[in-house]
Parts: sequence; C-alpha cells; structure tokens
Amino acid sequence: MTALDAAPGEQLRRVAARPRRFGAWYVAEHRLRVMRSYVSTVLIGAVGTPLLYLFAMGVGLGALVSANLGPHAVDGVSYLRFVAPALLCTAAVTVASEEFTYPVMLGFKWNPTFVGISSSPVSPGQIIDGMVIAVVIRLVATSAVYWLFMLLFGATPSGAAALSVLIATLVGLAFGAPVMAYVATLTSDSGQIAMLMRFVLLPLTLFSGTFFPLTLMPVYLQWIGWLSPIWHGTQLARIVSYGAREPAWLIAVHVLYLLALFVSGWLLARRIAKGRLYS
Amino acid sequence: MSGLDGEAPLRPRTSRRAAGSLYAGNARSVVYRGWLATKSTNWLVVVSGVFEPVFYLLSLGVGLGGLVGQVTAGDGQRIPYAAFIAPALLATAAMNGAVYDSTWNVFFKIRFARLYEGMLATSLGPVDVAVGEISLALLRGAGYAIAFMIVMQLVGLNLSWWALLGLPAVLLVAFAFASLGMGITSYMRSFQQMDIINFVMLPMFLLSATFYPLTVYPPPIQVVIQALPLWQSVELVRSLTTGSVSAGILWHVLYLVAMAALGMTVTTRRLRALFLD
Amino acid sequence: MSFAWVTLDTVSSPVIVASDLVKRYGEVVAVGGVSFEVAPGESFGLLGPNGAGKSTTMRMIGAVSTRTSGRLEILGLDPDRYGPEIRSQLGVVPQSDNLDEELRVRENLLVYGRYFGMTRAHVSGRADELLAFAQLQDKAKAKVTDLSGGMKRRLTIARGLMNDPRILLLDEPTTGLDPQARHILWDRLFRLKEQGTTLVLTTHYMDEAEQLCDRLVVVDKGAIMAEGSPSSLIRRYSSREVLELRFGADRNAEMADRLRDAGDRVEALPDRVLVYTADGEGELARLTDAGMRPITSLVRRSSLEDVFLRLTGRSLIE
Repeated sequence: MTALDAAPGEQLRRVAARPRRFGAWYVAEHRLRVMRSYVSTVLIGAVGTPLLYLFAMGVGLGALVSANLGPHAVDGVSYLRFVAPALLCTAAVTVASEEFTYPVMLGFKWNPTFVGISSSPVSPGQIIDGMVIAVVIRLVATSAVYWLFMLLFGATPSGAAALSVLIATLVGLAFGAPVMAYVATLTSDSGQIAMLMRFVLLPLTLFSGTFFPLTLMPVYLQWIGWLSPIWHGTQLARIVSYGAREPAWLIAVHVLYLLALFVSGWLLARRIAKGRLYS
Repeated sequence: MSGLDGEAPLRPRTSRRAAGSLYAGNARSVVYRGWLATKSTNWLVVVSGVFEPVFYLLSLGVGLGGLVGQVTAGDGQRIPYAAFIAPALLATAAMNGAVYDSTWNVFFKIRFARLYEGMLATSLGPVDVAVGEISLALLRGAGYAIAFMIVMQLVGLNLSWWALLGLPAVLLVAFAFASLGMGITSYMRSFQQMDIINFVMLPMFLLSATFYPLTVYPPPIQVVIQALPLWQSVELVRSLTTGSVSAGILWHVLYLVAMAALGMTVTTRRLRALFLD
Repeated sequence: MSFAWVTLDTVSSPVIVASDLVKRYGEVVAVGGVSFEVAPGESFGLLGPNGAGKSTTMRMIGAVSTRTSGRLEILGLDPDRYGPEIRSQLGVVPQSDNLDEELRVRENLLVYGRYFGMTRAHVSGRADELLAFAQLQDKAKAKVTDLSGGMKRRLTIARGLMNDPRILLLDEPTTGLDPQARHILWDRLFRLKEQGTTLVLTTHYMDEAEQLCDRLVVVDKGAIMAEGSPSSLIRRYSSREVLELRFGADRNAEMADRLRDAGDRVEALPDRVLVYTADGEGELARLTDAGMRPITSLVRRSSLEDVFLRLTGRSLIE
C-alpha cells in the first residue's frame, strides 16, 4: 500500500502549482472574454443607465419635489443629491443580478462550461471565485462611470465621495453572492429567476429608502429596507457623498451586514459548486 | 441524420399558397395553443406580473407622494401624486404585458422553437398566426391592466366615471404595442438585437411623463416625448381616470389605431416572407 | 531529496490502477467493485451498454468524482488528495460537448489552455497546432454553435490535448456522429495512439472498440464481465463466423427452436436468429439442404457484440 501515500514528484507539483494558485484568475479571464461578446450591451448600460436615471429621477422628479418642499427638503440636500447614491447602488445591484443569474445557470446547466473547467486542474471553488472576480471588475468599472456622471450632474462632490464606487460594488456583491448560491442549486429554470427578479430585486429597489427616506414608508413596510443590502449600502454612500448623519453603531451595522451577506453567499456558492461538480 | 436536412419543414409550395390564402379564419387555434403552453409552463411568472405595477404604486405613490404632494393635472386641477402616476403605471402595465408576449416569446418561436413553420404547414395562414399571437399578447396586457384598475378603484385613485372608458383605452394600448412589437420582432435575428427592445422600453417608461408632468422638460424635448407611443398611451389613460377629458384625446386614439394597423401590416408581410415565399 | 518521492516515470508501471473500485449514490450502486490496470501508451476500452457504470468510472479516473471505496491511483497518485496534479496530466473528452458557445472556436482552446497555467504565448501556438490536427484551421473564428457534430467533437478533443496530456479520457467519443465523421475522428485518435498517448475510452459500439482498443473490459451493471484484447475476447466467447438468418418476426423464435443443434451455438433475437459457427457458408448450405428457407441470410465475422450477447444474454444497443 505504499503507493497510496505517494506524493507527486517535483515536476508534477510544479505543473499544478500555477493553476492551484491562479485558477480563479483564469476563470475571471475567461468570463471577461465572454463579456466582450456582449460588450455593447455592457457599454450602453454603463453609460445609458446613469444618464437616464439621474435625469428622470434626479432632475425630473427633483423638480416636483423642490416645487413642493423647497430646494433642500430631503435629508437637508436637494432631491438629486439625495437620490443619486441610491441610484448608484441600485445600478450595481442590477449589474450583479445579471451576472450572477443567467451566466451561473448557463455554466452549470444550459452550456455546462463549468463541467468542462472542472476537468482541468482548476477546482469548483476557484470557478466561483473567478466569477466573483470578473463581476467585481465589471461592478467597479460601471460604478466608476456612474459616479462620473453623478459628478457631471452635480449630484455628488468629488474627493472622498468617490468611495461610493467601492460601496456600490460591495452592495452588488452583497446582493449577488447569495443569488449566485441560490442559482447554483437550480437544476432547471421554470421561472425561478424571473420570480427572484420580481419579488426580491424589484421590492428591494422600491422599498429601500431609494426614492425617499425609509422613514416615509409605513412602519409595516420598513422591515424590507432593513433586510435590503440596497438600503444599507445607500445609507453608507449618502454619508460619504453629502455627509448624511447616522450614529456610529448603525454605520457598523451597515458595513457588517453587507460583508456578512457577501461572504456567506460566496462561501455557500463554493460549497454548492463543489457538491455539484464533484459528485 | 445531419440536423438541418432532417428538420427541414415540409411546407406545401402549391400555387394556391403562393396566390395567398393568408387567412383561414382560425386564429382561435393559435390562441388556444398559447393558452395551453402558458398554463403548463410559466403561468406563475405570467400571473405574478400583476404585482409589478402594484409595487411601484405602493412605493412611489405612498412614499414619494409624501415628498411631492399634489400635482397639476391636464385641466389644471390639483390631484394627489398617487392619482397622477397610477394611470401611467396602468398604461405601462398594458404595454409591458403586450410587449413581453409579442417580442421575447415570439422571438423564441420564430428562431428556436420553429413553431410557426409547423403552424403554417397546416391550413393556417400568416394572418391567423399574427392575429392569434397578437391576441394572446393583448390578453396578457389586458389582464394586467384590469387587475391594476381594480386596485386603483379599491384605493380610490379613479377620480371620475370616465375611468370606465379606461378599460377599452387600455385594450387599445395593449393591441397597439402587441402588433408593433411582433412586427419588429420578426426582423430580429439575435439576442443582442433583442436587447434593443429593453433599451427602448426602459427609457420610454421613465421619460414618458409617467412620474412627473411633461412641463418639467424644456419645449423642444417635450415634442420628442410627445411622439413616443407610451406618452400617447399615458395621456389617454390619465385623462380618463382623472376625468380631465376633452376632444383632444381622440388624437391619442388615432395615434394608437395607426400604430396597431402598421404593426399588423408589417407582421403579416414578414411572416409571409419568412415562411411562405 | 528526490528519493523521498515515488517518481512517476518508473518504466512501464501502470498509469491507472483500480482495485475493488466502488461508487454508490445513496442506495444505487453505479460501480460495484471493478479492478483493472492501464499501462502507459496503451489504448484501453470500457465496453458496455448505457448505464453500465462506464461514465462514472471515467469521472473517478478524471478526479472529479470521489470513490465510495476501493483503491484508485492515477499516475501513482490518489485522486482524492492530488486532484489538480492528476488533472494537469489528463485530457478529457466528455460524452456531451461542453464547449463554450459564447466564445469562438479558437478562443475555446485559448481559455482552456490557460486553465493549466500555460502562458498566453504558449497557449496561442498550441491552439494553432491543434486546430490543424483537428482539421479546423478555417473554422478558427467560427461560432461553436455553427459547427457540425463531428467538428464539435474534434474541437473538444483538441481542447483536451491543449495541456499535452499523458492520458486522454474519451467518453463515448463517436456517439451521435454520422459514419463519415466517425471515421475522421477514429483517424485522429489513431494518430494519437501512434504518438504514444495513453487512451482510455468508453463505448457501446463494438466496431469502435475493435478499431481503437488494444485491450478492453466488458462492463455490465457496474461489474466487469470479461477482459482481454478484442480478438482474444472474440476467440474466447464467440465463434469465428456468425450466420444471421431472418425468417420474419413471427417465425424467428419457432425456427430458432428447430435450429437448436446447428453450429456451435444459436441465439434467438426478436428480429433474427444467430448461428455461431466456424464456417458460415458451409452451415448455410447444410441448413438449406435440410429444407430451411430464411427470407434473408448473411455470413459475417464474429464481433464484440456477439461477445456481449454471450456474456450477458442481452444486446449492447437496446
């Protein structure tokens, strides 16, 4: 039985060392290459979304709100400044919900590229990591573009407010990682993803203190905001962008909640992927 | 079996067909098939679509309404913000339902499921298929709209008896979008092109005086917005549910009728070109 | 320091050793204790019907499925512990193609090569070599979805060769392909065999096993029924020739009964009667003289199909 305890020779260990270490990056490279095939959608979305929402919601709706309550009526700032951080976070969540649903379903089931990758030295956990890396890259890029448009619209000051880009990225991951874990468990899509968009994403977008302070919601609907990564992230983005006042403990809750959602979703997805690809 | 040859449709190339028996008077069977398919696959997704406008109304009408207060309607009366956006959401619901069924569903049937080839190999003609599919889309749009109208009635956002006419108006909106949607879809070849539909729908939803009056825009932009079919639909429905009715709304009706006619013509021609010529 | 490791290049030690290998999914036994060895450079086949446990065995060899019990060594290593090291030396051609349809043909090779840690420059050169090998040079920029079934399978093989593997695993390599595409594929696999690549393949086609395998095991219901080279298996479990007789669907069984003593052995199938004999023509003449009038008759060489029928009493393709 000596052979059972055999360890790989020097040369073999060297060959496998690179994929063991960089496997996730190779997966990310693959994903980015795939994104190139729909790059026009990505670009139009990255530029069109901020233009459209900042204009329609910030400027258009803002005019109504100012007409009613004066120019600094919401949280002490103009409606545009109030709503812009929320729009930024919502956009990040939208991107994450695209990247963590259909591509995951595709890789496991419809066009099982993940099965192909798992025949290489790269492990299922690394496949998940690679997906996350690629999405982070897209999130940072789209959020940065969004933030530049905010600057252009006068919806945010420059400087430290740029931290909003990272906050939005974290919000996208906090929403997207658990979604990825869920989608990884699906063996067929008979509308689950559409239902997820309709009954989770949409309410989170609408009831998370995005278009108005959460306190304006009836109390029986405010819990949605507390569960929503969009609300927690938006509040953080409002702090860095116009100095919204929040107690320190609440800031800690925002940050920890977002991190917890992201990390738990991510680890769960890794575990599900391993169970599914190494059965 | 080398794929393509095996799947080549058996379609009659008789002179009778070429001469154009475009309509066999049996669009019902197409509707029936769609009904069965929906019932056995994605009925939950279809039915739950009703909730989308309700979520919007709840969030924006209640929450945002607190910030906006009252809005000036078409005839100068001051109305609550919720009563202002509700008809816009109603028209949008009709549009969304109609467009979804007449674009993505139809796209799949043309490009992947090859359903129409099978249908046109029977006694059905392209007009049967077009009318059938558009009716299905219209039914879905109308279903959403009726459900939402009931919600509006329950929370007191129908401000006038004219609102009763909102129902046929919404049917017209759904019909116009369904027929144009199917016409456009028949030209689409790839998913990327289908994305264009999303790129058009979202801005139209946000910009067509749905959430704030047209007067927010500078005059040149107002003209552009007024040319959009959703603006026409929103104005028509809003006039009726808020009761600020004038003869001018007939222009909206005319616009939508013309749009529906255009859509029907294009769809029929395209189906014929795609599958029969 | 190298003496501390068992080196892999020990001359002619087997590259795969399986003994009492078992895989259970809950109550279901997919592989029920199989043992075999594969020597370097050998072309080894698992022949059996669908559901025999071939694919599960292949997944365990491919280090993507953990065994329930038994011993398994690939290149002297335990796949449970050294999955990445083992997979870095394998090329895998799965039963259903899982090429990335969102990428072009050549891109599929590029990204796959990267998974083995190859540099971009290396990957690029290797991709061109393999496109030529797979006769897909002019399809380099094509969409995967526009390829024929045979082309896709060749591309999958090219992908499996990106890392210059020591063992190539092929799961049902020609299932679903038309005859011409199968022959092109066999030709490519033959070249690899000549170059010394170890091939392990599953198939339920006996002609494929006869063409490609030096040695094979016949698997049924998760167990090995027989082992040997194709010709030795045929010699051991069948006769040299087979006489196939058709009497019409209603009469085959009845005629088989009357033929009981013909040849070495007789098998009655629903659509025909098989008479195993060293001399097919002679046997046919004897039967005709005895007044038998089959609708059609055919004399052919014995094949692995006959071996399988003899071993299991069932046909390979049902």
